[in-house]
Amino acid sequence: MTEDLVLPAPRQAATAGEPLLKVEGLTKHFPVKGGFPIRRTVGHVQAVDGIDLTVHVGESFGLVGESGCGKSTTGRLITRLLEPTSGSISYRGQDITHASRKQIAPIRSEIQMIFQDPYSSLNPRQTVGKIISGPMEINGINPEGGREKRVRELLEIVGLNPEHYNRFPHEFSGGQRQRIGVARALALEPKLIVADEPVSALDVSIQAQVVNLLQKVQDELGIAFLFIAHDLAVVRHFSQRVAVMYLGKVIEVGDRESIYTRPRHPYTHALLSAVPEVNLADENAAPRERIRLAGDVPSPINPPSGCRFRTRCWKAQDKCATEEPPLIRLSGNHEGHLTACHFPEDPTIEARAEDIVLDPALAALEESLEEAGDGD
Amino acid sequence: MTTLTKEAGAPVPAGAGAFLSVRDLHVSFRTEDGIVRAVDGLSFDLERGRTLGIVGESGSGKSVTNLTILGLHNPMFTTVEGEILLEGQELTTARESELEKLRGNKVAMIFQDPLTALSPYYTVGRQIAEPYMKHRGASKKEAWARAVEMLGKVGIPNPKERAKDYPHQFSGGMRQRAMIAMALVCDPDLLIADEPTTALDVTVQAQILDLLKDLQQEFGSAIIFITHDLGVIADMADEIMVMYAGGAIERGSAGEVLRAPQHPYTWGLLNSMPRINSDVGAPLAPIPGSPPSLLNPPPGCRFHPRCTFQGRVGGNRCVTERPLLGTDRASACHLTAEQKRTIFIEEIKPRLG
Repeated sequence: MTEDLVLPAPRQAATAGEPLLKVEGLTKHFPVKGGFPIRRTVGHVQAVDGIDLTVHVGESFGLVGESGCGKSTTGRLITRLLEPTSGSISYRGQDITHASRKQIAPIRSEIQMIFQDPYSSLNPRQTVGKIISGPMEINGINPEGGREKRVRELLEIVGLNPEHYNRFPHEFSGGQRQRIGVARALALEPKLIVADEPVSALDVSIQAQVVNLLQKVQDELGIAFLFIAHDLAVVRHFSQRVAVMYLGKVIEVGDRESIYTRPRHPYTHALLSAVPEVNLADENAAPRERIRLAGDVPSPINPPSGCRFRTRCWKAQDKCATEEPPLIRLSGNHEGHLTACHFPEDPTIEARAEDIVLDPALAALEESLEEAGDGD
Repeated sequence: MTTLTKEAGAPVPAGAGAFLSVRDLHVSFRTEDGIVRAVDGLSFDLERGRTLGIVGESGSGKSVTNLTILGLHNPMFTTVEGEILLEGQELTTARESELEKLRGNKVAMIFQDPLTALSPYYTVGRQIAEPYMKHRGASKKEAWARAVEMLGKVGIPNPKERAKDYPHQFSGGMRQRAMIAMALVCDPDLLIADEPTTALDVTVQAQILDLLKDLQQEFGSAIIFITHDLGVIADMADEIMVMYAGGAIERGSAGEVLRAPQHPYTWGLLNSMPRINSDVGAPLAPIPGSPPSLLNPPPGCRFHPRCTFQGRVGGNRCVTERPLLGTDRASACHLTAEQKRTIFIEEIKPRLG
């Protein structure tokens, strides 16, 4: 695959720093139906529950969290594939929270999406040319020299052979299909791309190809990205700012450096310490802290009161159950680094005097092994 | 240590004292499109109480190898050649009834997706108790008590009650714990874990990996740990075998393979993977191209169409001659040992940051 991508000149000098997308108090509750014979709403899955985000022009913003934390729902709300329950989404100062199909049409072309699964997100009955020119057709865009020429250009940008215009998706490998998905997202010259787990379905060696492509597109075309992924290392590599989500809430947000080396929220600490690491430097690197949580994420149908992480947190006190911690800048944090915690941790990821092992089975096993070790 | 020689045509006899030894294994499937050579000349040894990590991309043959050990392939369409010796017992030619005595008893498996590997029709407790009754001749009551004990051991809260639940009532992490309980119920000598944490969240993955490590210390089982995640393998394995397109291309202790890798494919894997502390300014260095089709694998070295170091070997040996994997610490590549060392130190390592 060619690495010398041919990219057109940026369309306009992006004034970085200006907010492109502003999300305030965004909430999405899915009703849960039950009962017989009349199905009533018996509860709500609080998938996203009041989150605030800002994505600036030309910025790549990462959204990380475990499954069920609401990161994909957030992406779908922002692209308006789902109707928000409450809160507001504004794009370039224009409120699009509940905009009708007609009102949102001109904005749709500026916000595009790249999906996780390159196998199900491309229509198997359409040729690549048709797939990529589809968005132009719908929006009635006739680029200079015709749509076909533009599609060939796009194929070249994403590192595919323009001759493959008439092929079908099944003739391509997973990585190549994801490139087609990227080309489709670029077809309308968007200002913001929401990429929902764009590389997690790909093999490691192919992942890097697609990450590099996205980075190139972001840098050279000045497109802002909302990069949603569960892989902390990939998000770190790609995003300038990162938000960590847990059970429908943003619990910490900040620049990459702050989140990955100076985290304050206990959950961010736990998440980072759980990432399996290849220690390539011999033994000289400082050991990282070891935190092992107990159990899984609670159900979003009936989330814990107050701080949602308190049921798995080692620092939880009574206050955490009654009072929801606000997302604020703690003293000692950098500008823009906000944390929602009553009892934040020290800003370091180095090993502590004692590991935190909350899992009872693990703690019991380790204790008995230690005792056996002492007995020898 | 893994000891092995794969000399052309004449595989050496099984390593003395090895608990499991695989010799020159070939597995091929007959499909509509032709013959898929999923595993092509693989040999390795595993000792008791050790963990062998097998790392490779999808289609590298890592899962097939392990299904073959347990005889879980479909014999109608599969051809197996070579030897698999478990404590001297040949498994490739063993009868189904003999394999049945091994499965779940001496050799157990943990699958990637616990929801499809557990039966939705029976309670979790019953599924754990079943192999114990079958292999140990325990009564229903004893087996149930054992199932509850195992569930407690793997960290299911309130195991007495939860044993009566069905798999759908468990969360993803708990299901995987139940799978581990099921695998360990008969105290197996060999545990095959095929991507056991790939479907799990990272915090749950960390719990399960630590649990497996601690349980291994207690039960003393040997583990074959299959994954595509180098970070997980670094955490778990004593020895690592890297597979590509149906064969092993590099092996050695975990420290050797990760800190001083010798094969261009291993270099590529390390270079293409962002790490939690790597330099974010530098772009990733992906391996060009994509893995070959096993219907029609490239001649010579399987990796040569994607290899950027082919020119340094000289001649066209890479295209014509398949490099062999030597004994112990080894890599299947035509570069000389000196070249491998200098290329890694001068060109690869700086990029790893």
